[in-house]
Amino acid sequence: MKVHEYQAKEILQKCGIAIPEQIVAFSPAEARAAADHFPNGCVVKAQVHSGGRGKAGGVVICSSPEEAERAADALIGRKLVTRQSGPEGLVVPAVLLTEKVDIDRELYLALAIDTVRAEVVIIASPNGGMEIEEVAAKHPEQIVQIHPGRSLAGADVRVLADKCGLDETQRVKLRDILSALLDYMREKDATLIEINPLGIVRGQLMALDARMTFDENALFRHPELKELEDLTQIDPLERRAREIGLEYVRLDGDIACLVNGAGLAMATMDLIHGYGGKPANFLDVGGGTSAEKITAAFELLMDDPRIKSIFVNIFGGIVRCDLVAEGLVQALRKTGLSVPLVVRLRGTCEAEGRAILDRAGLVRVTEDLTEAARMAISCAGGSR
Amino acid sequence: MSILINRNTRVLVQGITGRQGTFHTRAMLDYGTKVVGGVSPGKGGQDCQGVPVYDTVREAVEQTGANASVIFVPARFAADAVLEAVEAEVELCVCITEGIPVHDMIRVKQALKDSKTVLVGPNSPGVIVPDEGKMGIIPGNICQKGHVGIVSRSGTLTYEAIYQLTACGIGQSAAIGIGGDSIRGMTFVDALERFHLDDDTHAAVLIGEIGGAEEEKAAEWISAHPDFPVFFTISGRTAPPEKRMGHAGAIIQGGRGNAKEKIDALEQAGAVYVQTVDRIGKAVQERQ
Repeated sequence: MKVHEYQAKEILQKCGIAIPEQIVAFSPAEARAAADHFPNGCVVKAQVHSGGRGKAGGVVICSSPEEAERAADALIGRKLVTRQSGPEGLVVPAVLLTEKVDIDRELYLALAIDTVRAEVVIIASPNGGMEIEEVAAKHPEQIVQIHPGRSLAGADVRVLADKCGLDETQRVKLRDILSALLDYMREKDATLIEINPLGIVRGQLMALDARMTFDENALFRHPELKELEDLTQIDPLERRAREIGLEYVRLDGDIACLVNGAGLAMATMDLIHGYGGKPANFLDVGGGTSAEKITAAFELLMDDPRIKSIFVNIFGGIVRCDLVAEGLVQALRKTGLSVPLVVRLRGTCEAEGRAILDRAGLVRVTEDLTEAARMAISCAGGSR
Repeated sequence: MSILINRNTRVLVQGITGRQGTFHTRAMLDYGTKVVGGVSPGKGGQDCQGVPVYDTVREAVEQTGANASVIFVPARFAADAVLEAVEAEVELCVCITEGIPVHDMIRVKQALKDSKTVLVGPNSPGVIVPDEGKMGIIPGNICQKGHVGIVSRSGTLTYEAIYQLTACGIGQSAAIGIGGDSIRGMTFVDALERFHLDDDTHAAVLIGEIGGAEEEKAAEWISAHPDFPVFFTISGRTAPPEKRMGHAGAIIQGGRGNAKEKIDALEQAGAVYVQTVDRIGKAVQERQ
């Protein structure tokens, strides 16, 4: 789960990290009123769950409340297309107004999960203000990583501080910041805390922009974090899918896919591409699914106006094919069928499943995966 | 010789009284697996599928002599279930549960160091050794005993591979689902090592996917063992990049994680690339 910059910075402030003075505004009028607090001008920043906002026009420097109001009016409620947002962009629910500060230098600091070593990793660079992937590609020698293990070692902090060219006072502050963030990360099940840039302002370390991601699988033990979630930042179909308990990612093709298991779902996308078609989505109905869930998943796919055929690809292990078939038949009774449906069922209770579908008599059923994929593509108008 | 489990493996089911635990205990018993006990806190003394239930893993191990456990416990309790198995010195622990918090898995990995336990998973379909036994949820009826080992990050693609091989008349020595989570126990290399050391395994099918760097590690192993044939697929070739990886995560893995780099690394190492998953069986058949 991602949070907005203003939320991440509030958390950082609670962890003892300085941030520029900030006020969040949900309307142009609020932005205008907020700008009164910044007599020397302010920065108006679109709040969306994506990086690359500056280049997309989502960050505006304003010298008067009128300018701030205009900037907010141009941003709030509109969609911002960034390099990371996908072509459809993300709607801007609010803007953040921050004081203008004089920045001496910009560093990079992040705490993340190193999945290879199964540990937390701290990443720092004297080259802040640009995306870390870019630094990694151009100046890999400017990035330093340390693995703090259970507790943060003074020597490790020194390595980071030296790399970033910090003085003694700043180094002591960095140590305090890191130990507070490590504690926070573990306590709240954060998977990423990124401060980019971490500015040096009047000699002090200050978080000028921040991103945080929390582990969705651990939200059950942090109900207070759930309140930070902003559902406007999730595609409506993806949001609905999540409510039903499905993994869904919208793609740009026209063949809807309903698959069990993330691996098979990805492989099904690849397969459709491989034979010249384009999948409309990734959809994993998961293990231990019920007929009701299949019905809900099917209805979700049918609500996507772009689709020209539906490909159901099930290999039942934990999932029972007869329950899948029941769910499909129920969905068809409810919604009818506006596009061709191709079903391939294998595994647990496959004969029962196929018998149910045969009785319904509506769908193209095949056991062969290659044939099924080709059929779904030709039903959607053939390969291109 | 058999891989990880055999007819004498004495299996505990952690979470046996849950819906999945009960259903798959039946299936494991029907496949001939020696399920000797179950664990379900607060339900000790009961019976489930004719198997005695205990409150703790330690008690179950003492009473039954179990040396392996399979976990069907809900995600929020699953890390503690693994830790309990590690403390009871269970040799093999297979974790089926999906959705364990990442920070919990970091704790588990710490505990596994210097322990006597090999962990498979989490988010794994389990392990099956045809005609010997199975731990987990892989359907037994699609398997056929033979000489190809399967190792996979995906459950359903494991079934797919088994099914296609069997349909082509090619049997399997074992199928190991190492699981779809980013932090897990057994790796591709661990599994390949076991296949290589096993006289009955003559080739391996490796089913990888985007993310992480384990396929690249497997490629290093494969180039160091040119005598051992490996076939592979990588899923997620056409997945949109911004949907799959956290920002700083990409860096830790040194820019690794996309399908193309994995495919290139494995092909250069000498493994045979199966471009689409519907061709796994045929690809192995053609080279036999």
